[in-house]
Amino acid sequence: MGEGRLSLLPRAKMIEILYNIISDYTLRNVILGSAIVGIIAGSLGCFAVLRRQSLLGDAISHAALPGIALAFLLTLSKSPLILLLGAAAAGFIGTLLVLLFTHTTKTKEDAALGIILSVFFGFGIFLLTIIQKLPTSNKAGLETFLFGNASTLLQSDVRLMSLFALMIFIVLLFFWKNFKIIVFDYSFAKSIGLPVKTINIILTALLVFAIAIGLQTVGVVLMSAMVIAPAVAARQWTNSLSVMVLLAALFGAFSGISGALISSLVQKMPTGPTIVLVISAIVLFSLALAPNRGILWDMYRKKKNRKKIRLDNTLLNLFRLSKSHNDPYHAHDLKSLMAIDPTGVREAAIELEQNGLVKRAGSRWGLTKQGIEKARSLAQGGVF
Amino acid sequence: MAKKRMAVNVEDLTVAYNEKPVLWDIDMAVPKGILLAVVGPNGAGKSTLIKTILGLIKPAAGTVEIFGASYKQQQHLVGYVPQRGSVDWDFPTNALDVVMMGLYGKLGWLRRPGKEEKKLAMEALEKVGMSHFAHRQISQLSGGQQQRVFLARALVQDAMVYFMDEPFVGVDATTEKAIITLLQDLRKRGKTVIVVHHDLETLKSYYDWAMLLNVRRIALGPVKKVITPKNLEQTYGGRAPFLAAKSQND
Repeated sequence: MGEGRLSLLPRAKMIEILYNIISDYTLRNVILGSAIVGIIAGSLGCFAVLRRQSLLGDAISHAALPGIALAFLLTLSKSPLILLLGAAAAGFIGTLLVLLFTHTTKTKEDAALGIILSVFFGFGIFLLTIIQKLPTSNKAGLETFLFGNASTLLQSDVRLMSLFALMIFIVLLFFWKNFKIIVFDYSFAKSIGLPVKTINIILTALLVFAIAIGLQTVGVVLMSAMVIAPAVAARQWTNSLSVMVLLAALFGAFSGISGALISSLVQKMPTGPTIVLVISAIVLFSLALAPNRGILWDMYRKKKNRKKIRLDNTLLNLFRLSKSHNDPYHAHDLKSLMAIDPTGVREAAIELEQNGLVKRAGSRWGLTKQGIEKARSLAQGGVF
Repeated sequence: MAKKRMAVNVEDLTVAYNEKPVLWDIDMAVPKGILLAVVGPNGAGKSTLIKTILGLIKPAAGTVEIFGASYKQQQHLVGYVPQRGSVDWDFPTNALDVVMMGLYGKLGWLRRPGKEEKKLAMEALEKVGMSHFAHRQISQLSGGQQQRVFLARALVQDAMVYFMDEPFVGVDATTEKAIITLLQDLRKRGKTVIVVHHDLETLKSYYDWAMLLNVRRIALGPVKKVITPKNLEQTYGGRAPFLAAKSQND
């Protein structure tokens, strides 16, 4: 009885917290907004990462800052639509300039990205400083675009974000196979007559908008983490593009929501860094533990391989030694084997004995009939 | 000569990177139904030639025709096998999916591959001996198997002219044999197959035509006529391509 009551309390508390989250206007917006950001940035990020354009996301988000500031300066309005369009336009111009740079000069892409990123960002900070000195009353709040602040999300913001997210999602579904082929094999796609340039522009446009709708929540400085990290983590768990995109969306949503919740519960905690910490944990976990691609899995596979090689070598060495005696069953002291390679001979011999390939007689070890067959096939197959 | 019968007709083709010619004034008339090897040393422009014909590289000058019309009009008649190293094989997809990409051109912008496409792709994988690997992630295939997947993707294109960029590089002997049998089979069915090739020793047994290339066209014709010591000397002789080209008219 007493125990039941004890376990009921936290549950009631949890329900209360959940109820608060759902009914609380700010929290609801925070959760919805950051989930949308995570889903859209995560899924579009897969394409960016697979095309080795991860840094483009960083350049786009930094380039968006002067766009936001200019949009405000020109309209003196903080309407989310205007700021978002300003961010997207600047992001586009930044991307175009990167292309222009690499095509007309001999600048390499990474250098071009670095230049655009820092020049635009610097210009953005410059504009923000000017805005601070303006005599208008509604100038406050633009600096949240630096590191993001999910708790400033209004219902109107979330509505606009959902609208854009929905459009991005529909285009993504419609163009799925086209995006897939230009990311995998651009030349082939072009050779079969697909309008690769248009598809490319649409894909880049989606990325720009995916980033633009996340800037208020995550901030321009760390938005690229929302693009890159979920995709990197998701790639670890699957070999299918569609599953990868779904997983990235899921990881993005999870880190978005938890990061935003933590930051809005702790005072003056910017959202961007909190989200980045959460998604980083997911990435680390995935890099270490994912089956097939994870580091631990890799270590296990290498160890298993090494053991197999040792077993095969021990068997082969016994086989070779017996040849000089004209008797395949001729047994040897393990010392004779250790003269060839001393590591792990005894352990290998014991395991071979358990497998019935080797038989021990006193201190001497010889092949069994099975062992001879296996050794012969190994020697012929030349697996190692 | 009736030009219309030519599967591929290239005239005065010049391609330059930064004003340095990579291909110079190439004429290339390939009749229908032959198996043609394009050979030449590294940097001779073999891949560039194929990519330019396929419209992937813009030429500085010259024209390209496939069955008497521009590539754009005839791309449905063309199949392409790019160099295996040109894509990232760690891309998250399987062999069947890659083969189905060969049908994307016919599907157009919006239609998604369905049952029919899957069936065609499976048949193509069967032809290259890869049906057991249809659902294998492509990074887990060997070099030879990856090449077969690329070949199967070209097969589903059901083309009249095939361009293949070094399909024998880094493949095992079994795959090489399987590929050449397939290419010869395509030719028997009246297709034209143009292959960038590296190995001069297999030239005579594999192909019926050859094109010797080193920035300029050294020779083009039936293998027996074209593969002469003089032509090989001109193509590979270690002399400057300009000098080699000059003595070509003797």
